[in-house]
Amino acid sequence: MSEKEIKNNETEKSLSLEEIFEQRIARDEKIEPKDWMPEKYRKTHIRQISQHAHSEIIGMLPEGNWITRAPSLRRKVALLAKVQDEAGHGLYLYSACETLGISREELYEQLHTGKAKYSSIFNYPTITWADMGAIGWLVDGAAIINQVPLCSTSYGPYARAMIRVCKEESFHQRQGYEIMITLANGTPEQKEMAQDALNRWWWPSLMMLGPTDAESVHTAQSMKWKLKRKTNDELRQQFIDQTVPQAELIGLTIPDPDLKWNEEKKGYDFGAIDWDEFWQVVKGHGPCNKERMAARVNAWEKGKWVRDAAMAYAKKQEDKKLKKAI
Amino acid sequence: MKNNWPLWEVFVRSKNGLEHRHFGSIHAADEEMALENARDVYTRRNEGVSIWVVESKHITASNPENNGELFEPAQDKVYRHPTFYTLPDEVKHM
Amino acid sequence: MKNENKIQYIYGIADNALILGQRLSELCGHGPNLETDIAMTNMALDLLGQTRSYYQYVAQLSGDGKTEDDIAFLRIERQYKNVLLVEQPNKHFGYVITRQFFYDVFHLLLLEELQNSNDETVAAIAKKGIKEVSYHQRFSSDWMKRLGDGTEESHQKVQEAVDDLWRYTDELFHMTDDDKIAVENGIGVNVATLREKYEQRIKEVFEEATLTIPETKWFQKGGKQGIHSEHMGYLLSDLQYMQRTYPNMKW
Repeated sequence: MSEKEIKNNETEKSLSLEEIFEQRIARDEKIEPKDWMPEKYRKTHIRQISQHAHSEIIGMLPEGNWITRAPSLRRKVALLAKVQDEAGHGLYLYSACETLGISREELYEQLHTGKAKYSSIFNYPTITWADMGAIGWLVDGAAIINQVPLCSTSYGPYARAMIRVCKEESFHQRQGYEIMITLANGTPEQKEMAQDALNRWWWPSLMMLGPTDAESVHTAQSMKWKLKRKTNDELRQQFIDQTVPQAELIGLTIPDPDLKWNEEKKGYDFGAIDWDEFWQVVKGHGPCNKERMAARVNAWEKGKWVRDAAMAYAKKQEDKKLKKAI
Repeated sequence: MKNNWPLWEVFVRSKNGLEHRHFGSIHAADEEMALENARDVYTRRNEGVSIWVVESKHITASNPENNGELFEPAQDKVYRHPTFYTLPDEVKHM
Repeated sequence: MKNENKIQYIYGIADNALILGQRLSELCGHGPNLETDIAMTNMALDLLGQTRSYYQYVAQLSGDGKTEDDIAFLRIERQYKNVLLVEQPNKHFGYVITRQFFYDVFHLLLLEELQNSNDETVAAIAKKGIKEVSYHQRFSSDWMKRLGDGTEESHQKVQEAVDDLWRYTDELFHMTDDDKIAVENGIGVNVATLREKYEQRIKEVFEEATLTIPETKWFQKGGKQGIHSEHMGYLLSDLQYMQRTYPNMKW
């Protein structure tokens, strides 16, 4: 061992486990499930990853509404595949979360009892076909902005799940935008349907990127652990700047009279967001909070006898095998 | 809570000639279902030609606390690598 | 063989895939577990994919500018030729699996014969479908065993579904006039000849699943003639909603 190496070892010894841990993250090293980690890191990750997973499976419901009513076979299979992807993404994320020592069933329990949160946007109703377009274009668009930086987050299983999610999700936003283009180029009725959907989904999509930096409790810590790379306000600005030209291109109007290009900051200025509405929905008073939760609880409870049957059958088969072996 | 489907690890060979690679996890009640679930979840986009599943509890993993004794002793065995040996410039490939 | 007969013959197969696919897609997001949810959606996607292939061919045959969507969404109820079995509702998971199993076993036997059709397009669609449907049959057979030989509750529930749905299985083997013409022309399959193998396969799985085939000699029929159960109208209201409300638009 060289002198330098010996020195390094000594300084490492004088550091606490937590300091070494933070240094590893600062060096862009990944943290893996069996590595030592501060309890707060574990808890924060369980909270964020599970919240993310819950959002995926709750997110299946508003779009799932329209699978049986999709206007063409091509749209029907595409929507079905998309909603199925969301189930897959939920599954990848629950699996990542399980590596932190919590079971999927415990996570469901947290969701079903209201202890865990999910993205509030899914508490808004999907009332026309154009909502499938608006969700894909705006909600998935905002989600991608949130998710891409997570592909290089510090916790290995989360980063790997996000790489898979982002890869698969790239078709979702295109699908949504294509629906909007078709409507915007269609009959006056269709165009009106598209504009109406944009009007209803625009502000909730902006809120989806999270409270303003001044009000966001977790930002600083999350930045350090690479759970976040940009602040909520930065992400929101990025989303608006990329979406406005897309709306213009297809002749739709962003429902914000204060929206205007700011040459100095090379970005759009925009109107005030109604944060009261946001917090109301978070607290459970959105138009569909109750329905969404009821649908999930119902699926889980009604599925119990099925899951139990599979376990009982597996056990019987196992016993049979053992008997044969004897 | 006791009756939950156990966790399985899924390994997929994306095409012949490549090794099976860890793709992720699923829950399933038995081996058959584990294979089927792995197929339905991880090969929807034509990602695989062969699947292995193993119940997670059967995997024995090394403990990162032992990483020092397990892996560091290999670090200074530079003579295992071709670059350790000098060759005359005239010999271009070996 | 007249195009019209051929078209009707294809409806008799394709409409089953559409309606069963529609029923399965109702379940997306509501399955007993995420993995099962994803698996059932895969089956729905397979069936809807087959539907599209058949309808696109019908659109080409009819040559009147009709599209796959006109065929899927704009017929009146009496013009859908699916069997009663596939339109039965998702009463609970036991019904979903039993309906699937009863149809999968038939579907696979049908496609195995249909791949020899002397209509190349029909044969090609069948050939591609065999791989998908083999997997469906494997999936639903496995689940029949799990539910049948699982817990007391699951046994009772799936037996209830079997008792209710068995009466729709006889219709699978009825020959319509269009079937007969298609068989004479080497295009179609004589479904009556599939019955023996069908019952054999059901028996094998039921034995392992500890389930019993009901004694009943009373069977329901009508779907093949377009006379459906009361469930069908509601299913079509969803399916056709957009096309009926906003006619002649592109989506």
